[in-house]
Amino acid sequence: MTPVELAAQIPDGARIALPPDYSMPAMAVVRELILQKKRNLRLLGVPVLGMCADLLIGAGCVAEVETSAVSLGEAGLAPRFTEAAEKGEIVVRDATCPAIHTALQATEKGVPFIPLRGVLGSDLLKQRSDWRVVQNPLESGTDPILVVPAISPDVALFHARWADEAGNVWVGRRRELATIAHAAKKCLVTYEELRAGDMLEDELLAPGVISAAYVTQVASAPRGAWPLGVAGLYAIDDAHLLRYARAAKTRDGFEAYLSEFVCTPEKSSSPAPSPA
Amino acid sequence: MYAREELLACAVARLIGEARHVAVGAASPIPAAGALLVKQKNRSLRLSMLHKRDGNPFSEGSRELFDLAGQGRIDVFFLGGAQIDGEANINLVRAEGRRFPGSFGSAFMYAVVPNVILFREEHSPRVLVPKVEFVSAAGDPKALLTGKALFSWQKERRRFRLESLHDGEDIRSLTGFHYDAPAVVPRTPAPSTGDLEILRGVVAREMAANYPDFARRVWGID
Repeated sequence: MTPVELAAQIPDGARIALPPDYSMPAMAVVRELILQKKRNLRLLGVPVLGMCADLLIGAGCVAEVETSAVSLGEAGLAPRFTEAAEKGEIVVRDATCPAIHTALQATEKGVPFIPLRGVLGSDLLKQRSDWRVVQNPLESGTDPILVVPAISPDVALFHARWADEAGNVWVGRRRELATIAHAAKKCLVTYEELRAGDMLEDELLAPGVISAAYVTQVASAPRGAWPLGVAGLYAIDDAHLLRYARAAKTRDGFEAYLSEFVCTPEKSSSPAPSPA
Repeated sequence: MYAREELLACAVARLIGEARHVAVGAASPIPAAGALLVKQKNRSLRLSMLHKRDGNPFSEGSRELFDLAGQGRIDVFFLGGAQIDGEANINLVRAEGRRFPGSFGSAFMYAVVPNVILFREEHSPRVLVPKVEFVSAAGDPKALLTGKALFSWQKERRRFRLESLHDGEDIRSLTGFHYDAPAVVPRTPAPSTGDLEILRGVVAREMAANYPDFARRVWGID
Protein backbone atom coordinates (compact mmCIF):
# COMPACT_ATOMS: atom_id res chain seq x y z
CA MET A 1 0.00 0.00 0.00
CA THR A 2 1.21 3.51 -0.86
CA PRO A 3 0.16 7.04 0.13
CA VAL A 4 -1.41 7.28 -3.34
CA GLU A 5 -3.66 4.30 -2.61
CA LEU A 6 -4.53 5.61 0.86
CA ALA A 7 -5.60 8.96 -0.59
CA ALA A 8 -7.71 7.15 -3.18
CA GLN A 9 -9.77 5.64 -0.33
CA ILE A 10 -10.90 9.07 0.86
CA PRO A 11 -13.99 10.15 -1.10
CA ASP A 12 -15.02 13.72 -1.88
CA GLY A 13 -17.04 15.17 0.98
CA ALA A 14 -15.45 12.94 3.64
CA ARG A 15 -15.15 14.23 7.19
CA ILE A 16 -11.48 13.72 8.06
CA ALA A 17 -10.02 13.95 11.57
CA LEU A 18 -6.51 15.41 11.45
CA PRO A 19 -3.93 15.89 14.21
CA PRO A 20 -2.14 19.17 14.91
CA ASP A 21 1.14 19.88 13.14
CA TYR A 22 3.09 18.70 16.21
CA SER A 23 1.36 15.33 16.30
CA MET A 24 2.44 13.46 13.18
CA PRO A 25 0.18 14.50 10.30
CA ALA A 26 0.34 12.23 7.23
CA MET A 27 1.74 14.93 4.96
CA ALA A 28 2.55 12.52 2.13
CA VAL A 29 -1.17 11.67 1.90
CA VAL A 30 -2.19 15.33 2.26
CA ARG A 31 -0.11 16.16 -0.83
CA GLU A 32 -1.67 13.22 -2.62
CA LEU A 33 -5.21 14.43 -1.78
CA ILE A 34 -4.30 17.68 -3.53
CA LEU A 35 -2.94 15.86 -6.58
CA GLN A 36 -6.07 13.69 -6.75
CA LYS A 37 -8.16 16.90 -6.68
CA LYS A 38 -10.38 15.88 -3.78
CA ARG A 39 -13.28 18.27 -3.18
CA ASN A 40 -15.63 19.30 -0.36
CA LEU A 41 -13.58 17.65 2.37
CA ARG A 42 -14.69 18.44 5.92
CA LEU A 43 -11.68 18.74 8.19
CA LEU A 44 -11.87 18.12 11.92
CA GLY A 45 -8.90 19.55 13.86
CA VAL A 46 -8.06 17.44 16.90
CA PRO A 47 -7.99 19.88 18.48
CA VAL A 48 -6.23 22.41 16.19
CA LEU A 49 -4.98 22.49 12.62
CA GLY A 50 -1.94 23.91 10.88
CA MET A 51 -0.02 23.54 7.66
CA CYS A 52 -1.75 20.40 6.46
CA ALA A 53 -5.16 22.09 6.60
CA ASP A 54 -3.82 25.29 5.09
CA LEU A 55 -2.46 23.37 2.10
CA LEU A 56 -5.76 21.54 1.54
CA ILE A 57 -7.78 24.75 1.88
CA GLY A 58 -5.52 26.68 -0.51
CA ALA A 59 -5.74 23.86 -3.04
CA GLY A 60 -9.54 24.05 -3.02
CA CYS A 61 -10.11 20.63 -1.45
CA VAL A 62 -12.06 21.84 1.59
CA ALA A 63 -15.68 22.88 2.17
CA GLU A 64 -15.67 23.04 5.96
CA VAL A 65 -13.35 23.04 8.95
CA GLU A 66 -14.37 22.28 12.51
CA THR A 67 -11.53 23.19 14.83
CA SER A 68 -10.39 25.12 17.88
CA ALA A 69 -7.86 27.06 15.82
CA VAL A 70 -5.85 27.05 12.60
CA SER A 71 -2.35 28.47 12.86
CA LEU A 72 1.21 27.87 11.75
CA GLY A 73 2.46 28.37 15.31
CA GLU A 74 5.74 30.28 15.39
CA ALA A 75 5.43 30.89 11.63
CA GLY A 76 2.26 32.93 12.22
CA LEU A 77 -1.25 32.87 10.77
CA ALA A 78 -2.28 30.13 8.35
CA PRO A 79 -2.64 32.35 5.28
CA ARG A 80 -4.89 30.24 3.03
CA PHE A 81 -7.25 29.44 5.91
CA THR A 82 -7.37 33.10 6.93
CA GLU A 83 -8.22 34.31 3.43
CA ALA A 84 -10.78 31.58 2.77
CA ALA A 85 -12.50 32.28 6.11
CA GLU A 86 -12.51 36.05 5.57
CA LYS A 87 -13.96 35.66 2.06
CA GLY A 88 -16.51 33.10 3.24
CA GLU A 89 -15.17 30.44 0.87
CA ILE A 90 -15.24 27.78 3.56
CA VAL A 91 -17.56 27.08 6.48
CA VAL A 92 -15.75 27.43 9.81
CA ARG A 93 -17.33 25.66 12.77
CA ASP A 94 -15.43 27.15 15.69
CA ALA A 95 -14.92 24.91 18.69
CA THR A 96 -12.72 24.76 21.77
CA CYS A 97 -10.05 22.11 22.33
CA PRO A 98 -11.61 20.02 25.12
CA ALA A 99 -15.01 20.00 23.35
CA ILE A 100 -13.42 18.20 20.41
CA HIS A 101 -11.44 15.76 22.55
CA THR A 102 -14.48 15.04 24.69
CA ALA A 103 -16.87 14.60 21.75
CA LEU A 104 -14.49 12.03 20.25
CA GLN A 105 -14.27 10.25 23.61
CA ALA A 106 -18.06 10.03 23.60
CA THR A 107 -17.80 8.04 20.36
CA GLU A 108 -15.08 5.85 21.91
CA LYS A 109 -17.56 5.00 24.65
CA GLY A 110 -20.52 4.59 22.31
CA VAL A 111 -22.62 7.28 24.04
CA PRO A 112 -24.56 9.95 22.09
CA PHE A 113 -23.37 13.04 23.98
CA ILE A 114 -21.08 14.04 26.80
CA PRO A 115 -20.97 16.91 29.30
CA LEU A 116 -18.16 19.44 29.53
CA ARG A 117 -17.51 22.18 32.09
CA GLY A 118 -16.75 25.76 31.10
CA VAL A 119 -17.71 27.38 27.77
CA LEU A 120 -20.82 29.04 29.30
CA GLY A 121 -20.68 32.73 28.39
CA SER A 122 -18.74 32.09 25.18
CA ASP A 123 -20.21 33.15 21.83
CA LEU A 124 -19.24 29.69 20.58
CA LEU A 125 -22.56 28.58 22.06
CA LYS A 126 -24.48 30.97 19.80
CA GLN A 127 -22.78 29.52 16.73
CA ARG A 128 -23.03 25.89 17.69
CA SER A 129 -26.68 24.89 17.45
CA ASP A 130 -25.53 21.29 18.00
CA TRP A 131 -24.23 22.18 21.49
CA ARG A 132 -26.74 22.43 24.35
CA VAL A 133 -26.64 23.81 27.86
CA VAL A 134 -28.68 21.57 30.19
CA GLN A 135 -29.32 21.35 33.90
CA ASN A 136 -27.11 18.75 35.59
CA PRO A 137 -29.72 15.98 36.13
CA LEU A 138 -27.88 14.62 39.18
CA GLU A 139 -27.86 17.93 41.06
CA SER A 140 -30.88 19.42 42.84
CA GLY A 141 -29.47 22.98 42.87
CA THR A 142 -29.03 25.03 39.70
CA ASP A 143 -26.05 23.68 37.76
CA PRO A 144 -26.06 24.43 34.04
CA ILE A 145 -23.60 22.35 32.00
CA LEU A 146 -22.72 22.07 28.33
CA VAL A 147 -23.36 18.83 26.47
CA VAL A 148 -21.77 18.17 23.08
CA PRO A 149 -22.77 15.46 20.62
CA ALA A 150 -20.43 12.55 19.94
CA ILE A 151 -18.27 13.05 16.83
CA SER A 152 -17.65 10.13 14.51
CA PRO A 153 -15.38 11.20 11.65
CA ASP A 154 -15.47 9.25 8.38
CA VAL A 155 -11.70 8.99 8.30
CA ALA A 156 -8.83 9.31 10.77
CA LEU A 157 -5.62 10.14 8.92
CA PHE A 158 -2.15 10.33 10.51
CA HIS A 159 1.45 9.17 10.42
CA ALA A 160 3.06 6.67 12.79
CA ARG A 161 6.60 5.86 13.86
CA TRP A 162 6.13 2.14 13.21
CA ALA A 163 3.68 -0.33 11.78
CA ASP A 164 4.14 -4.05 12.41
CA GLU A 165 3.34 -7.34 10.71
CA ALA A 166 0.17 -7.68 12.82
CA GLY A 167 -1.23 -4.40 11.46
CA ASN A 168 -0.69 -2.40 14.66
CA VAL A 169 0.83 1.08 14.57
CA TRP A 170 2.92 2.88 17.21
CA VAL A 171 2.33 6.55 18.00
CA GLY A 172 3.91 6.72 21.46
CA ARG A 173 2.59 9.46 23.67
CA ARG A 174 0.50 11.04 20.90
CA ARG A 175 -2.66 9.60 22.34
CA GLU A 176 -4.99 12.00 20.49
CA LEU A 177 -4.17 9.80 17.51
CA ALA A 178 -5.52 6.79 19.38
CA THR A 179 -8.68 8.73 20.20
CA ILE A 180 -9.35 9.58 16.54
CA ALA A 181 -8.50 6.03 15.47
CA HIS A 182 -11.04 4.72 17.99
CA ALA A 183 -13.74 7.21 16.98
CA ALA A 184 -13.42 7.17 13.18
CA LYS A 185 -15.24 4.84 10.80
CA LYS A 186 -12.04 4.28 8.83
CA CYS A 187 -8.45 4.75 10.00
CA LEU A 188 -5.69 5.32 7.42
CA VAL A 189 -2.10 5.47 8.64
CA THR A 190 1.25 6.04 6.99
CA TYR A 191 4.33 4.77 8.80
CA GLU A 192 7.99 5.53 8.97
CA GLU A 193 9.30 1.99 9.35
CA LEU A 194 7.95 -1.57 9.43
CA ARG A 195 8.77 -3.78 12.42
CA ALA A 196 8.76 -7.54 12.42
CA GLY A 197 6.33 -9.32 14.73
CA ASP A 198 3.56 -7.94 16.93
CA MET A 199 4.25 -4.83 19.04
CA LEU A 200 1.44 -5.73 21.45
CA GLU A 201 3.63 -8.61 22.64
CA ASP A 202 6.32 -6.14 23.71
CA GLU A 203 5.48 -4.73 27.17
CA LEU A 204 7.53 -1.56 26.61
CA LEU A 205 6.06 -0.76 23.20
CA ALA A 206 2.45 -1.79 23.86
CA PRO A 207 1.34 1.41 25.69
CA GLY A 208 2.19 3.47 22.59
CA VAL A 209 0.41 1.12 20.19
CA ILE A 210 -2.91 1.56 18.40
CA SER A 211 -4.25 -1.94 17.92
CA ALA A 212 -4.90 -3.28 14.42
CA ALA A 213 -8.55 -3.62 15.53
CA TYR A 214 -8.92 0.09 14.77
CA VAL A 215 -6.59 0.40 11.79
CA THR A 216 -8.14 0.03 8.35
CA GLN A 217 -5.08 0.37 6.16
CA VAL A 218 -1.41 1.31 6.45
CA ALA A 219 1.09 2.57 3.86
CA SER A 220 4.84 2.98 3.97
CA ALA A 221 5.94 6.62 3.83
CA PRO A 222 9.50 7.23 5.06
CA ARG A 223 9.70 10.83 6.32
CA GLY A 224 5.99 10.91 5.62
CA ALA A 225 5.37 13.72 8.14
CA TRP A 226 7.84 16.08 6.43
CA PRO A 227 7.99 19.10 6.56
CA LEU A 228 6.49 18.39 9.96
CA GLY A 229 8.20 16.06 12.38
CA VAL A 230 8.19 12.78 14.26
CA ALA A 231 9.32 13.31 17.88
CA GLY A 232 12.61 11.60 18.63
CA LEU A 233 13.28 10.91 14.96
CA TYR A 234 13.23 14.13 12.96
CA ALA A 235 12.20 17.65 13.93
CA ILE A 236 9.75 20.00 12.26
CA ASP A 237 11.51 21.67 9.31
CA ASP A 238 11.06 25.19 10.70
CA ALA A 239 12.83 26.85 7.79
CA HIS A 240 10.49 25.16 5.33
CA LEU A 241 7.43 26.09 7.39
CA LEU A 242 8.56 29.72 7.43
CA ARG A 243 9.13 29.58 3.69
CA TYR A 244 5.61 28.20 3.23
CA ALA A 245 4.11 30.86 5.53
CA ARG A 246 5.74 33.60 3.43
CA ALA A 247 4.86 32.07 0.06
CA ALA A 248 1.23 31.33 0.95
CA LYS A 249 0.51 34.95 1.90
CA THR A 250 -0.50 35.48 -1.74
CA ARG A 251 -2.48 33.23 -4.07
CA ASP A 252 0.39 33.35 -6.61
CA GLY A 253 2.95 32.50 -3.97
CA PHE A 254 0.83 29.57 -2.82
CA GLU A 255 0.45 28.27 -6.40
CA ALA A 256 4.21 28.53 -6.87
CA TYR A 257 4.74 26.58 -3.63
CA LEU A 258 2.28 23.90 -4.78
CA SER A 259 3.92 23.48 -8.14
CA GLU A 260 7.37 23.24 -6.58
CA PHE A 261 6.68 21.03 -3.55
CA VAL A 262 3.43 19.18 -4.25
CA CYS A 263 3.01 18.81 -8.00
CA THR A 264 6.61 18.01 -8.88
CA PRO A 265 7.12 14.34 -7.95
CA GLU A 266 10.84 14.52 -7.20
CA LYS A 267 10.30 17.39 -4.75
CA SER A 268 7.01 16.28 -3.31
CA SER A 269 8.60 14.48 -0.43
CA SER A 270 11.32 15.02 2.07
CA PRO A 271 14.70 16.25 0.83
CA ALA A 272 16.45 13.76 3.13
CA PRO A 273 16.02 10.03 3.63
CA SER A 274 14.28 8.81 6.78
CA PRO A 275 16.67 8.46 9.71
CA ALA A 276 14.71 5.37 10.71
CA MET B 1 19.36 48.75 33.19
CA TYR B 2 16.89 46.07 32.25
CA ALA B 3 14.77 45.11 29.26
CA ARG B 4 11.01 45.65 29.27
CA GLU B 5 10.60 41.89 28.83
CA GLU B 6 12.52 41.36 32.08
CA LEU B 7 10.24 43.75 33.96
CA LEU B 8 7.20 41.93 32.56
CA ALA B 9 8.64 38.51 33.48
CA CYS B 10 9.11 39.74 37.06
CA ALA B 11 5.52 41.05 37.12
CA VAL B 12 4.34 37.62 35.90
CA ALA B 13 6.42 35.95 38.63
CA ARG B 14 4.71 38.06 41.33
CA LEU B 15 1.28 37.16 39.91
CA ILE B 16 2.14 33.44 39.97
CA GLY B 17 3.00 33.78 43.66
CA GLU B 18 2.65 30.55 45.60
CA ALA B 19 1.00 28.46 42.88
CA ARG B 20 1.69 24.71 42.78
CA HIS B 21 1.16 24.08 39.07
CA VAL B 22 1.49 26.59 36.23
CA ALA B 23 0.86 25.74 32.58
CA VAL B 24 2.31 27.91 29.81
CA GLY B 25 1.36 27.77 26.14
CA ALA B 26 3.28 28.19 22.92
CA ALA B 27 3.03 31.88 22.11
CA SER B 28 3.98 32.99 25.61
CA PRO B 29 7.70 33.60 26.05
CA ILE B 30 7.25 36.28 28.76
CA PRO B 31 4.88 34.17 30.90
CA ALA B 32 7.30 31.27 30.41
CA ALA B 33 10.26 33.41 31.57
CA GLY B 34 8.25 34.57 34.59
CA ALA B 35 7.27 31.01 35.48
CA LEU B 36 10.88 29.80 35.10
CA LEU B 37 11.97 32.61 37.43
CA VAL B 38 9.49 31.44 40.06
CA LYS B 39 10.65 27.85 39.57
CA GLN B 40 14.22 28.87 40.43
CA LYS B 41 13.04 30.16 43.80
CA ASN B 42 10.38 27.53 44.48
CA ARG B 43 11.62 24.12 43.34
CA SER B 44 8.32 22.45 44.24
CA LEU B 45 6.48 24.45 41.55
CA ARG B 46 5.27 22.20 38.75
CA LEU B 47 5.70 24.00 35.45
CA SER B 48 4.10 22.47 32.35
CA MET B 49 5.39 23.98 29.12
CA LEU B 50 2.76 22.76 26.69
CA HIS B 51 4.63 23.04 23.46
CA LYS B 52 7.94 21.47 24.47
CA ARG B 53 8.98 19.42 21.48
CA ASP B 54 11.23 17.13 23.49
CA GLY B 55 10.45 16.05 27.02
CA ASN B 56 6.84 17.28 26.80
CA PRO B 57 5.17 17.03 30.22
CA PHE B 58 2.17 15.03 28.97
CA SER B 59 1.81 11.38 28.04
CA GLU B 60 -1.95 11.22 27.33
CA GLY B 61 -1.95 13.47 24.26
CA SER B 62 -3.21 17.01 24.01
CA ARG B 63 -6.36 16.32 26.02
CA GLU B 64 -4.36 15.77 29.22
CA LEU B 65 -3.91 19.49 29.89
CA PHE B 66 -7.67 20.00 29.78
CA ASP B 67 -8.36 16.95 31.92
CA LEU B 68 -5.86 18.24 34.51
CA ALA B 69 -7.42 21.70 34.44
CA GLY B 70 -10.96 20.32 34.65
CA GLN B 71 -10.02 18.52 37.86
CA GLY B 72 -8.52 21.68 39.35
CA ARG B 73 -4.94 20.43 39.10
CA ILE B 74 -3.72 23.58 37.30
CA ASP B 75 -3.57 26.76 39.39
CA VAL B 76 -2.38 29.33 36.87
CA PHE B 77 -2.87 29.67 33.12
CA PHE B 78 -2.29 32.54 30.69
CA LEU B 79 -4.72 33.73 28.05
CA GLY B 80 -4.38 36.51 25.49
CA GLY B 81 -6.64 37.91 22.84
CA ALA B 82 -6.80 39.81 19.58
CA GLN B 83 -9.26 41.90 21.61
CA ILE B 84 -9.79 42.13 25.37
CA ASP B 85 -12.66 44.19 26.74
CA GLY B 86 -13.49 45.99 29.98
CA GLU B 87 -15.58 43.04 31.16
CA ALA B 88 -12.55 40.75 30.80
CA ASN B 89 -13.96 38.94 27.76
CA ILE B 90 -11.37 37.80 25.23
CA ASN B 91 -11.71 37.43 21.46
CA LEU B 92 -9.48 35.08 19.47
CA VAL B 93 -11.83 34.59 16.50
CA ARG B 94 -12.50 37.71 14.43
CA ALA B 95 -12.41 41.51 14.50
CA GLU B 96 -12.82 44.27 11.92
CA GLY B 97 -13.38 41.76 9.14
CA ARG B 98 -10.21 39.88 9.97
CA ARG B 99 -10.12 36.23 10.91
CA PHE B 100 -7.81 35.05 13.70
CA PRO B 101 -6.72 31.47 14.40
CA GLY B 102 -9.55 30.58 16.82
CA SER B 103 -10.43 30.15 20.48
CA PHE B 104 -8.09 27.21 21.26
CA GLY B 105 -8.91 25.93 24.77
CA SER B 106 -9.77 29.37 26.17
CA ALA B 107 -13.54 28.86 26.49
CA PHE B 108 -12.85 25.99 28.87
CA MET B 109 -9.66 27.09 30.64
CA TYR B 110 -11.00 30.54 31.56
CA ALA B 111 -13.81 28.86 33.53
CA VAL B 112 -11.94 26.03 35.23
CA VAL B 113 -8.50 27.44 36.10
CA PRO B 114 -8.72 29.47 39.33
CA ASN B 115 -6.01 32.00 38.42
CA VAL B 116 -6.15 33.10 34.79
CA ILE B 117 -3.73 35.87 33.93
CA LEU B 118 -4.65 37.84 30.82
CA PHE B 119 -1.45 38.84 29.05
CA ARG B 120 -1.05 40.92 25.91
CA GLU B 121 2.05 43.00 25.24
CA GLU B 122 0.34 45.42 22.87
CA HIS B 123 -1.49 48.09 24.85
CA SER B 124 -3.61 49.97 22.34
CA PRO B 125 -7.26 50.94 21.73
CA ARG B 126 -7.24 48.34 18.94
CA VAL B 127 -6.63 45.53 21.46
CA LEU B 128 -8.22 46.92 24.64
CA VAL B 129 -11.74 47.61 23.42
CA PRO B 130 -15.04 48.56 25.10
CA LYS B 131 -16.73 45.37 23.82
CA VAL B 132 -15.15 42.45 21.96
CA GLU B 133 -16.71 41.53 18.61
CA PHE B 134 -16.78 37.86 19.54
CA VAL B 135 -16.57 36.37 23.03
CA SER B 136 -14.19 33.42 22.73
CA ALA B 137 -14.15 33.06 26.49
CA ALA B 138 -15.57 34.84 29.51
CA GLY B 139 -14.43 34.59 33.10
CA ASP B 140 -12.93 36.19 36.15
CA PRO B 141 -9.21 36.74 35.64
CA LYS B 142 -6.69 37.34 38.38
CA ALA B 143 -5.11 40.22 36.45
CA LEU B 144 -4.50 41.81 33.06
CA LEU B 145 -0.87 42.51 32.27
CA THR B 146 0.09 44.54 29.19
CA GLY B 147 3.34 46.04 27.95
CA LYS B 148 2.45 49.27 29.75
CA ALA B 149 0.31 48.47 32.77
CA LEU B 150 -0.95 45.96 35.32
CA PHE B 151 -4.67 45.81 36.14
CA SER B 152 -6.41 43.76 38.80
CA TRP B 153 -9.94 42.43 38.23
CA GLN B 154 -12.74 43.44 40.56
CA LYS B 155 -15.11 40.51 40.38
CA GLU B 156 -18.02 42.22 42.17
CA ARG B 157 -17.79 45.45 40.14
CA ARG B 158 -16.94 43.57 36.92
CA ARG B 159 -14.33 46.20 36.18
CA PHE B 160 -10.57 46.40 35.93
CA ARG B 161 -8.57 48.49 38.38
CA LEU B 162 -5.24 49.97 37.33
CA GLU B 163 -2.60 48.76 39.79
CA SER B 164 0.63 50.05 38.29
CA LEU B 165 2.25 51.58 35.23
CA HIS B 166 5.54 50.19 33.94
CA ASP B 167 7.08 53.48 32.86
CA GLY B 168 4.63 56.10 34.15
CA GLU B 169 3.17 56.86 30.72
CA ASP B 170 -0.51 57.91 30.80
CA ILE B 171 -2.58 55.11 29.28
CA ARG B 172 -6.09 56.63 29.26
CA SER B 173 -5.99 57.35 25.54
CA LEU B 174 -4.44 53.95 24.80
CA THR B 175 -7.14 52.00 26.63
CA GLY B 176 -10.49 51.53 24.91
CA PHE B 177 -12.40 50.50 28.04
CA HIS B 178 -13.17 52.29 31.31
CA TYR B 179 -11.39 51.18 34.45
CA ASP B 180 -10.90 52.33 38.03
CA ALA B 181 -7.61 53.87 39.11
CA PRO B 182 -6.13 55.18 42.34
CA ALA B 183 -5.46 58.93 42.60
CA VAL B 184 -1.74 58.28 42.37
CA VAL B 185 -0.82 55.29 40.23
CA PRO B 186 2.31 53.47 41.44
CA ARG B 187 5.08 52.37 39.12
CA THR B 188 5.48 48.65 38.49
CA PRO B 189 8.49 47.61 40.60
CA ALA B 190 11.75 47.31 38.68
CA PRO B 191 13.34 43.85 38.63
CA SER B 192 15.63 43.25 41.61
CA THR B 193 19.33 42.61 41.03
CA GLY B 194 18.83 39.04 42.20
CA ASP B 195 15.94 38.41 39.78
CA LEU B 196 17.88 39.91 36.88
CA GLU B 197 20.77 37.59 37.67
CA ILE B 198 18.49 34.54 37.60
CA LEU B 199 16.71 35.70 34.43
CA ARG B 200 19.96 36.34 32.55
CA GLY B 201 21.56 33.12 33.73
CA VAL B 202 19.63 29.92 34.13
CA VAL B 203 16.28 31.24 32.80
CA ALA B 204 17.84 32.65 29.62
CA ARG B 205 19.53 29.29 28.94
CA GLU B 206 16.30 27.36 29.49
CA MET B 207 14.35 29.80 27.32
CA ALA B 208 16.81 29.38 24.43
CA ALA B 209 15.72 25.77 23.97
CA ASN B 210 12.02 26.51 23.50
CA TYR B 211 11.82 30.20 22.56
CA PRO B 212 15.03 30.67 20.52
CA ASP B 213 13.95 33.92 18.83
CA PHE B 214 12.99 35.49 22.14
CA ALA B 215 16.22 34.41 23.89
CA ARG B 216 18.26 35.83 21.01
CA ARG B 217 16.40 39.15 21.00
CA VAL B 218 16.35 39.77 24.75
CA TRP B 219 19.57 38.15 25.95
CA GLY B 220 21.61 37.67 22.79
CA ILE B 221 21.74 33.90 23.32
CA ASP B 222 22.08 31.67 20.28
